[in-house]
Amino acid sequence: MGAGHAEQPAAVRVRHLEERVLAAGLASDGEMDAVLARLYAHASPLNGARIVARAWSDPGYAARLLADGNAAAAELGFDTAHAGSGYRLKAVANTPGAHNMIVCTLCSCYPVSLLGPSPSWYKSLPYRSRAVREPRAVLAEFGLDLPPDTQIVVWDASAENRFLVLPARPAGTDGLAEKELAALVTRNGLIGTAAV
Amino acid sequence: MTLSPGTRVRARLADPDHHTRVPGYVRGQTGEVVEAAGQWPLPDDRARGITPPRVETVYSVRFPAAGLWGSGTHWVVVDLWESYLEEAG
Repeated sequence: MGAGHAEQPAAVRVRHLEERVLAAGLASDGEMDAVLARLYAHASPLNGARIVARAWSDPGYAARLLADGNAAAAELGFDTAHAGSGYRLKAVANTPGAHNMIVCTLCSCYPVSLLGPSPSWYKSLPYRSRAVREPRAVLAEFGLDLPPDTQIVVWDASAENRFLVLPARPAGTDGLAEKELAALVTRNGLIGTAAV
Repeated sequence: MTLSPGTRVRARLADPDHHTRVPGYVRGQTGEVVEAAGQWPLPDDRARGITPPRVETVYSVRFPAAGLWGSGTHWVVVDLWESYLEEAG
């Protein structure tokens, strides 16, 4: 990679990549547009929040989610295993003694359809390098101070294997309906940089 | 090679001159298999245009922070293709 490469605006770099893909005959412009449209049209953290709210409301669903994330997502109409750009979805559950957080140290892999477009900090070098090195300090900067004896597990995602954190259900939410529960869940909660 | 959960494994130390998906921070490090995470084409082969690429079992392997960094009590879980691993005994 030449020294000037990283200084080019992202759009220029993306177009260079697209032109290489076209020249190599790997995909047409139309096919790339279709993939992007499918990726972003319905991508939202509200989808992940619905999965979490269902898991909080239905222990059977929670068990199925932890056993097979793709199948559990499909139950709610979310297709994560589609041919060509599918991946394995793995849900990891926070418990009173254990906290999970997601990072992609290589780039920014993440279940976009369920969490929405990733926040800029998720793609930043400081987050990607520090999350695996000093997660407790990173979480504190997000305002999440965990008890000293909480076991932190950091999941380094890949294109093939992507993660969704199942936050612990907050106290005092016993009477809430699924829709109200979903409204409590944030994108950071699904990444593990917030409690919910 | 089938690695069951709990098996101790070491990530290969090799630093190939082609694309690979062994993060530098786990090379040569010993961890423990969490679970198998499906069968996927080997990125090293795909990046070099080798067709068909080798398809291997990918394992989620957890490494203790103290081993990776010399301090810390957390775990870091990394997905590693079978040929990236050797049994640590």
